[in-house]
Parts: sequence; C-alpha cells; structure tokens
Amino acid sequence: MEKRVVFRHRWLPYALLAPQLAITLVFFIWPAAQALWQSMLVQDAFGLSVRFVWFDNFTYLFGNREYLHSIRVTAVFSLGVALLGLVVALLLAAMADHAIRGAVVYKTLLIWPYAVAPAIAGVLWLFLFNPSVGIVAWWLQGIGIDWNHKISGNQAMLLVIIAAAWKQVSYNFLFFLAGMQAIPRSLIEAAAIDCAGPGKRFFTIVFPLLSPTTFFLIVVNIVYAFFDTFGIIHAVTRGGPAQATNIMVYKVFSDGFIGLNLGSSAAQSVVLMAIVVTLTVVQFRFVERRVQYG
Amino acid sequence: MVQNRPFFTVLVHLTLILGVLVVALPIYVTFIASTQAPSDVLRAPIPMTMGDRLVENYSGVLGRGSMQASSGPVAPMMLNSLIMALGIAIGKIAISLLSAFAIVYFRFPGRMLAFWTIFITLMLPVEVRILPTYEVMATLGLLNSYTGLIVPLIASATATFLFRQFFMTVPDELVEAARVDAAGPLRFFWDILLPLSRTNIAALFVILFIYGWNQYLWPLLITTDQSMYTIVMAIQRMVVAADNEPEWHFITAVAILALIPPVVVVVLMQRLFVKGLVETEK
Repeated sequence: MEKRVVFRHRWLPYALLAPQLAITLVFFIWPAAQALWQSMLVQDAFGLSVRFVWFDNFTYLFGNREYLHSIRVTAVFSLGVALLGLVVALLLAAMADHAIRGAVVYKTLLIWPYAVAPAIAGVLWLFLFNPSVGIVAWWLQGIGIDWNHKISGNQAMLLVIIAAAWKQVSYNFLFFLAGMQAIPRSLIEAAAIDCAGPGKRFFTIVFPLLSPTTFFLIVVNIVYAFFDTFGIIHAVTRGGPAQATNIMVYKVFSDGFIGLNLGSSAAQSVVLMAIVVTLTVVQFRFVERRVQYG
Repeated sequence: MVQNRPFFTVLVHLTLILGVLVVALPIYVTFIASTQAPSDVLRAPIPMTMGDRLVENYSGVLGRGSMQASSGPVAPMMLNSLIMALGIAIGKIAISLLSAFAIVYFRFPGRMLAFWTIFITLMLPVEVRILPTYEVMATLGLLNSYTGLIVPLIASATATFLFRQFFMTVPDELVEAARVDAAGPLRFFWDILLPLSRTNIAALFVILFIYGWNQYLWPLLITTDQSMYTIVMAIQRMVVAADNEPEWHFITAVAILALIPPVVVVVLMQRLFVKGLVETEK
C-alpha cells in the first residue's frame, strides 16, 4: 500500500531519516558485521595476534560438549517457559471470559507482572525459594521435599522457568482474552443450545478458533525465553549449578565478557542471530496469515 | 455468559481468585519481608504480616544503601533509571515519528533501502551482539554516560512500523487540503499529523517507558561507575553479596522500589497499555 498524494522535497526526507539511520548503522549494523567477522578469527591467549580461520570457530562450537549442553538447556528452558506460561494464561483467560462480575478487576490484577523487569521477577522468586529463608522452600520442606536450587540443577531450572513464566502469563492472558472476546457469541450460543457444556464448547469451538493467537504466542514466548530472560539467569543462578541453567544468551555473555574468548563468543552471537532471523521470519509470515483470515 | 450454571460460575471465580493470589504471592511476601527487622527475615518461616520497620528500611535503602554489599544509596539509581526510561521513550518516539513520516509521505531514491535497514534492527537484539557493541561504545567514549545508556537503544523498528501503519490510515484529503493552503511538509507534520497521532504516541510511551526502566543487560555492560547504576541492574550485586547471607530485608525493599514505577504506570494507564501492547505486536 502506498500513499497517492506525497510531498516533494530534495533533501528533507534524508534529514528526517538521518537520526534513525545513523543510530542503526553505528550501534546495530556495524557491531553485527563485526560479530560476523570476528566469528572467523582466532586470537592467541595474550591477545597479541589474530588469525583468520574461516568456519573453524563454528566447527569447534558444534563439536563442543559444553555448547551442545547449552543448546539442550535452552530448549528445555524455552519449552518449559512457553508451555507453563501459555497453559496457565489460557486457563485464566477462559475463566475470565466467563466471568461477568469482576472481569475488569481480574484483568487488572493479572496483567501487572508484565511491568516487572525479568531480573526483579527472578529476585522475587529467588526469595520465595531461598533454601534458608524462603517461604515456599519452607512449605516444600513441610511436605518432605528438600529444596536447594544451589545444589540441584533440576530445581534451579524449575525456579528460573517459574520466574520467567510468571512474568509472561500476563502478556499471554491479554492476548488470549482478546482472542476469545473476538469469537462471535452466536457460535457459542448455538453450541449451548445443542447441549454442549462449557468444557466441550471450549475444546470444540473456542480453542480451534484461537489457534492463530496460540501460534503467534508460541513464537513470541520462545523469543522471550531465548533473549529476554538474560536478567533472570544472571540475577538468580548465573548459569549454575554446574551449567544446569546456562542458556545460550547467558553463555555468549559469560564466554565473551568473563572468559574473554572472542572468537567463540562471536560465533555464538552469529548462531543466535540466525535463530532470531528465523523466528522473526516465522512470526511475520504468520502475522500476514492472521491479517488475512483473522 | 451463555448459560446460567451456578456451580460453574463459582468454579470460574475460584480459579480466577486462585490465579490472582498465585500471581500476587511473590510481591506480597517480598513486601512483607521488606518491612521486617533483619533478624525476623532470616528466621524461617518469615512472618506473613507486616512488620514495623517500613519507614526505617525504605529510608535506609534510599539514602544509605545496603551495608554489607556496600551498594550505595538507591535514590540516585532510581533517578538514573528514570532518566534512562524517559530518554529512551521520548527518543524512540521522536526519531520513529520522523522516519515514518519520511517513508510514508515522500518518494525518494533509497527509500526501500532505508526501510530495510530499519527493519533489520528488529532482528538484532543487544543480546546477540554483546562484545562488538561494547567495543563501539568504548571507542566512542560512551561508557558510564547517559548518552551511552540511552542513544544506542532508541533505534526502533517496532515504533517506526507502528507509526507507518497509522500514517497509512490518515486520509489523503488532509494532505491535499494542506497543500491547497500552501502548507509545507513540516507544517503538515506538526499541525496535522502530530495531533492525530496523540493516542498512538501515548500508548507507545507507556510500553517504552516500561521497556526502558527494565533494561538490564545494557546498563550492566556499559556502567562500571556506581553513580551511573540503574536500580534494576544494581539489585543483582546485592543478591550476590559474597560469603554473607544476603541482607534480605534490604534487597526486598530495593526490589519493591524497582518494580513500583512501571507497575504503577501499567495499572493507571491500563487502557493505553493494552492498546500499545496489542499494536506493537501487529
């Protein structure tokens, strides 16, 4: 779609675009190009000489046990976050869609965690699950579960998944609720006349009609779990214990900034860029479809 | 409601109330802990009702900071966060309005190239280009400065797209009318387009304020000077207070202070927030 009527000016459009383009070039395109270039370099231990090695860094990366482990950890983490966040949000949205009284109040009370920073969400849950002072850890002890996420890798993973999903539930809830409210009432009423109960109505009508929203949210949640959860990992577990929560984004940071392994960190950046590009393309293709049929 | 099923209605409300309680639990416990004396927090289980040290703890955190982690007072950090959040929100909106205006209302060579260059920023979050971006910042001497905290984050494909979509819906007749009245492009932008975009700007502002306030990795990378810390990134230093048991009555107070501004914005401007959220994802 293009405008029929436009302005004519020799330099004005360039001047208007200049600030945005300058920032994009200096802080986005240039560093990304640098990452691509550095991913093909190897630096010696003292940072004195640099060698061009083509794709050796990548070959090394995908043969490296630690990196493969990090990929597995990321997969478990993002699936866990997406699944937990989506299921809870779907349940709450389905309920809120039924509630007539108090619907607005429930909505307000459920959406505010979106505003909490991931790192702060991590700290809140860290406090609840703290083995020595946390209230939830204490409850768990009461039913015979020994909680210590500083020792148990599985428990640490569970903790960061809960913290990340907690924050995302509000977002998913909003989109699910909007999707449900867009479903024509007449369909639901017709089903009710045919004696379908609320459960049957949900699974045969509401949920199938929600599928565009669900797919959209799956992509958004995976992107969130991949890239926006750095703060949670950094504030809560620092990738530990024993690498159990070392997701890929955190590994780029720790290898590059703490380990100072330039080539490997750059290669990891490039892998992540490839993942974002793929996810963005999927998201956009899907959004186009949603606009057409939705 | 389609049918009247009293039992089901009760179930609906019970589930929702349970959901609200679980969602609120971390905040409640954290707030309670932030009003206790240090010794009360360190004994499990912590009390579930408010302590009597609300004022004392919070004024201590704001003015003095935590003792063991020697974190420094939190009030200046909140100011840094505020400057960063406002800078990012206003900056993003300003440059996105300008570039969307250029892309929609002008035809010029290189237009599509500019469009795609902006689009690409969508695919390059800070997280995937950490080291090279840091090097650029160091070369330009932007470490430990407000410019460094704000400017690199204000390029935004999302905001540009939002305004582009909106400008597309503005009737062409308005441009024609402006031209008949001999108004130039800037006059049109300022007197017609901006007032029409008011709601969109406000909705976007809410989202971007939260985005800016909640930045974590970026301040972590480029600030090493304590006077430049933002509250969200500073909190992990207090959690990881070496060897000692972290001072939970202080940390919980800092966490509450860090989450209040964005949460208040969301709750008070809920309508704009929902609008902004839904539109930036389109």
